[in-house]
Amino acid sequence: MRALLVGILMLLAMSAAHAVDLQGEELARYHALNAELRCLICQNRSIAESDAPLAQDLRAIVERQIADGRSDAEIKQYLVDRYGKWVLYDPPLDSATIILWAGPFVMLAIGLLVVFLLMRRRRGAPTASPPLDRERLDRVLDEQARDADPDSSEERS
Amino acid sequence: MIPEIGHFALILALGLATLQTLLPMYGIWRSRADCLAVAAPAAIGQFVMMGIAFVALGFAFYANDFSVAYVAANSNTQLPWFYRLSAIWGAHEGSLLLWMMLLAGWSLAVALASRTLPRDVASCVLAVMGAVSVGFLLFTLFTSNPFERQFPAPMEGRDLNPLLQDPGLVVHPPMLYMGYVGFAVAFAFAITALITGRVDSAWTRWTRPWTTAAWMFLTIGVTLGSWWAYKELGWGGWWFWDPVENASFMPWLVGTALIHSLAVTEKRGIFKSWTVLLAITAFALSLLGTFLVRSGVLISVHAFATDPTRGIYILTFFAVVVGGSLLLYALRAAQFEAGREPVAALSREGLLLLNNIFLVVAAAGVLLGTLYPILADSLGMGRISVGPPYFNKVFIPLTAPLVVLIGAAAVMAWKRTRADVLRSRLWLPLIISIVAGVALPLFTVGTTAVAAVAGCVLGCWAIVTAFEDIVRRSRGRRVMLPRNVVGMAIAHAGVGIFVIGISLVSGFGGEHDVRLAPGQSTEMVGYEFTFVGTRHVDGPNFVAEIGDFIVREDGRQIAELYPSKRRYNAGGQSMTEAGIDVGVTRDLYVSLGEPLSGDAWSVRIYHRPFVRWIWAGGFISALGGLIALTDKRYRRRRATADKPVATDRGLTTATA
Amino acid sequence: MRWRLVLPILIVFALIVLLGYGLTRRPDILPSAFIDKPAPAFDLPTLASDQERITVDDLKGRVTLVNVWASWCVACRAEHELITAVSRRTGVPVVGLNYKDTEANAKRWLGRYGNPFAVVAFDPTGATGIDWGVSAVPETFVVDAEGIIRYKVVGPITREEMNASLIPKLEQLKAKGS
Repeated sequence: MRALLVGILMLLAMSAAHAVDLQGEELARYHALNAELRCLICQNRSIAESDAPLAQDLRAIVERQIADGRSDAEIKQYLVDRYGKWVLYDPPLDSATIILWAGPFVMLAIGLLVVFLLMRRRRGAPTASPPLDRERLDRVLDEQARDADPDSSEERS
Repeated sequence: MIPEIGHFALILALGLATLQTLLPMYGIWRSRADCLAVAAPAAIGQFVMMGIAFVALGFAFYANDFSVAYVAANSNTQLPWFYRLSAIWGAHEGSLLLWMMLLAGWSLAVALASRTLPRDVASCVLAVMGAVSVGFLLFTLFTSNPFERQFPAPMEGRDLNPLLQDPGLVVHPPMLYMGYVGFAVAFAFAITALITGRVDSAWTRWTRPWTTAAWMFLTIGVTLGSWWAYKELGWGGWWFWDPVENASFMPWLVGTALIHSLAVTEKRGIFKSWTVLLAITAFALSLLGTFLVRSGVLISVHAFATDPTRGIYILTFFAVVVGGSLLLYALRAAQFEAGREPVAALSREGLLLLNNIFLVVAAAGVLLGTLYPILADSLGMGRISVGPPYFNKVFIPLTAPLVVLIGAAAVMAWKRTRADVLRSRLWLPLIISIVAGVALPLFTVGTTAVAAVAGCVLGCWAIVTAFEDIVRRSRGRRVMLPRNVVGMAIAHAGVGIFVIGISLVSGFGGEHDVRLAPGQSTEMVGYEFTFVGTRHVDGPNFVAEIGDFIVREDGRQIAELYPSKRRYNAGGQSMTEAGIDVGVTRDLYVSLGEPLSGDAWSVRIYHRPFVRWIWAGGFISALGGLIALTDKRYRRRRATADKPVATDRGLTTATA
Repeated sequence: MRWRLVLPILIVFALIVLLGYGLTRRPDILPSAFIDKPAPAFDLPTLASDQERITVDDLKGRVTLVNVWASWCVACRAEHELITAVSRRTGVPVVGLNYKDTEANAKRWLGRYGNPFAVVAFDPTGATGIDWGVSAVPETFVVDAEGIIRYKVVGPITREEMNASLIPKLEQLKAKGS
C-alpha cells in the first residue's frame, strides 16, 4: 500500500530532475554522500538510488552545498538537524551506537580468546599417549579402514 | 472447486504432519517400532498433499481464477503465463506454501533415504521436520490461507508487483527457500542427536550431505538474489545490506560454519556440542529471516506486505521451536563434552576452529547491525539507520582473515602440521598470488589502490592454493581424486573469484548522472554513450518508453543498449529496466531516469568492472558443493548402512 | 549444567523480547527532529497575495496548528475534513504550508473542498518544507505560544488520533498558555 502511494506520488509530482554540474573530486563526494543518506519516504534506499521527489530535492541540496564549499560533515549536520539521525546510513560513533560499533570486535576478541585457551591447554596437558576410549578406538579403526582405500582417503599427513 | 481441493489437501497435510510428529516421538519414548514406522509413510503422504495444494494454487493462477483472493491480488489476465505461475510465490501466502512444499520435499527425501539410517534416527528426524511443518501449516491455515475465496469475484486481478515481473522471480525464491528449508534437515538431525544422545562419526556422515545440499541451494539462491537486484532495482548495486538480504545471508554464514565444523566432528570427534548448536542456529536464523521478511519490524526494499499479527504468530513459533531446541541443548549437550581433546594451533581442526569463530562473529555482526535500529529504539536512544557504510566497515575486517585461512586449508593436516611443511608448500602460491594480485587491478582497471590490490591478492591466494592442491594431489594418481576434495577446492576457488569481483567493482566503477537530448553523447572511462532517442512500445501488460543508446569504444560501436521505463497497465506503477552490456571484465549499465524538457532525459550510466565475477564466484562455490555431494563416501555409506549401527536402545534397525 | 550451554537460550530469549518490542512499533513513522525545539524560521508569501508575507514570528502568541499540504496529495484530501473539525472544536487556528504546488492548483483545491486555513504560506520550491523536516505530505505540527514545536502527526490525521492525542494536546497547551 505504501509502495503504491509512493508510486502515485512519483507520478503526480512532476520531477525537477536535472543533470549534475559538479566535476572531479566534488562529483565523487556527491555520489559518496548520496549513497550514505537515507531517503525518508522510500523502503530502505539511499537518496542516490531513489527517484522519489524528496530524494531528488535532497540530492539537489547536497549538490548545492558541495558547490558552496560546505564540508561533508556540515552537509550531514544540516540534514540531521532537519530529519534526525535517521537520515545517516553510516551512524556516527556516539553513546547510542557504541554497542553497534564495538560489538562485533568485542565478540571477535572473545572468540579468539576462547581459541587461544583451547590451544594453550594442550601445552599444559601431558602429551604422552592419552588413554584411548572404546569409541575413539572404533573411530581410529574406521579411519584406517578407509585410508586403506585410496578413493576415500581425504587427509594426508 | 479446485481451490477447495487445495485447501482440503492442506488440512490433510496438517493431519499427516501431526501423525509424522507425534507417533514417532511416542515410539521413541516407548521403544515401539510400529510407531516409528509411521514416520516415513506419513512424510510421503504429507508431500503428496502439499503437492496437490501447490498444483491447485498453480492452476488457479493459470486459469485466472480471481475468485481466489490471493490470485486476484497478485495476478492479471495480461500477465504472461510463466509469471502467472511464478506469482504463486509472489506474495506472503503463496510463498509460505512454497516454503511448506519444499519442507515436505526435504522430508520426502529423508524418508526415501531413511532405509540407510537406523530406524529410530530416521523416524526422529522426520518427526522433528513434521513438527516444523505443523507449525507452518497452522500458520497458513489460520492466518494466511492462499485459497480464500472472495465474492463477488473481480473481473480483473490487481497484477503482480512489477518489481517481481522478471525471470529472477522464476528461479530465485525456489532456490533460496530450498536452502532455508534444507537447514531444517540439519536441525532435525541435531535435535535427534540431543534426544538419542549420539553424536558419533556415523551421525556426522549422515548429516554432512544434507547440510552441504542445503548450503548449495542457499548459495545459489543468495547469488541469484544479488544478480536480480542488480538488474531490476536499477541503480547498479549488487548488495544493499537490506534487512531481507541480511536475513538470507546470516543462515548462509552459519551454514558455512556448520559444514566446516561437521568435518571436524567427523574426523576428530570433537566440537560435538558446538556442531549441534550451529545446526540449530542455522535453522533458527532461517526462521528469523521469515519473521523479518513478514512481520514488518524493519523497513526493507524487498519486504512482503507486512502485518504485525503474522509477526506475533511467527515470533511465537520461533520462540517454541528455537527456545525448545536450546532448552534441550542446555539440558542434554553436556554429554557431548566429555573427553574433549586438545587442539593444536597448526592443525586442520585448529584452522577450522578459527574459521568458525570468524564466520559466527560475522553472522552475529550482521545480526547486530540488522536489529540495532530496534535495539536503539527500545533503549530510548532514538531512531537510527544502519546501512551499507556500517556493514562494509565492520564486515570486511571480520571476513578478510577467512580468505587468508582458506589458503592453508588444503595444506593443513589433521592433528598437527609442521611449520616447515606449511612454509615449503605455501611460498610459491604466495608469490604467485602477490604478483597476480598486483597485476590484475593494474592492467584491468588501472589502479594500484591498496584496497583493490589487497583484495585481489587475497582472491588470487584462494584460487591459487586451491589449484595447487588439486594439481599436487592428482600428480601420479591413476584414479580420480575423491569428489569431496575436488568440491572443496572448487568452492574455495569460487570464494577467490568472488573476492576479486568485489575488490574491483567497489570504488572503481564510474557513474554519471547526465541530461541527454537525442543525438547527444557522453563519455565515461573510454566509452562513448550516444543517446539516439526514445520510442514507445506496448508490452503484454505495460507500456514502455525505450531509450536507444549506442556505445562506442575508440570510435567503434561495441553495443546497443535499450534501457526502458515501463508503466504497468493494472496498477500504474512505473519501473525502470536497465540496459546492460555484459562483459567478463566489465558491465556497462544504462538506466533511464526522468523525462526532461524537450526530448531530453536524465540518464544514469554506470561502469561496473568485474561485477560478473561476484556471481560467477557464488555459482562456482555452489558447484563445489554439488561435486562434494556426489562423493562416493556418502553413496557407499548408504549401501552399507544396512548393518546395525546403533542398537543400544534395543531398537531394530531398518534392514529391510 | 554448564553456563556455556545455557548461554544460547539466554541470548535467544533476549532476542525474542527485542523482536516482540519491535512488533509494537511502526518503523516507518519517524518522530520529528524538532519536538520541543523552536519552529524553524521561514519567510514566505501567502497564497492569497504575493504582497503579504508570513514569517515564523507570526506563529507566536498563541497555539497554532501548522498543516503541510498540497493539491496533488491524495491523503491531504482525506484528512481535510478532520483538519477543519480540529480547528472548529478547539478554536486553534490552522496555518497551511502549501508545499511544492502551483498557485492555481492550490487555489482551485481550496475552492473545491473549502478552506480550513487561517492563512496559507506558499512554498512552491519546498525549501521551507525541507527546513521543517517534511518528508511526505501531509504532516501536521502543533506549535505552542512560544513558537516551540510540541507535537507532530506524520501522514493523514485519523479520527482516532485526532480524539486521542491531537485535541487533548492542543487543549493542554491552550490551558498552559492562558
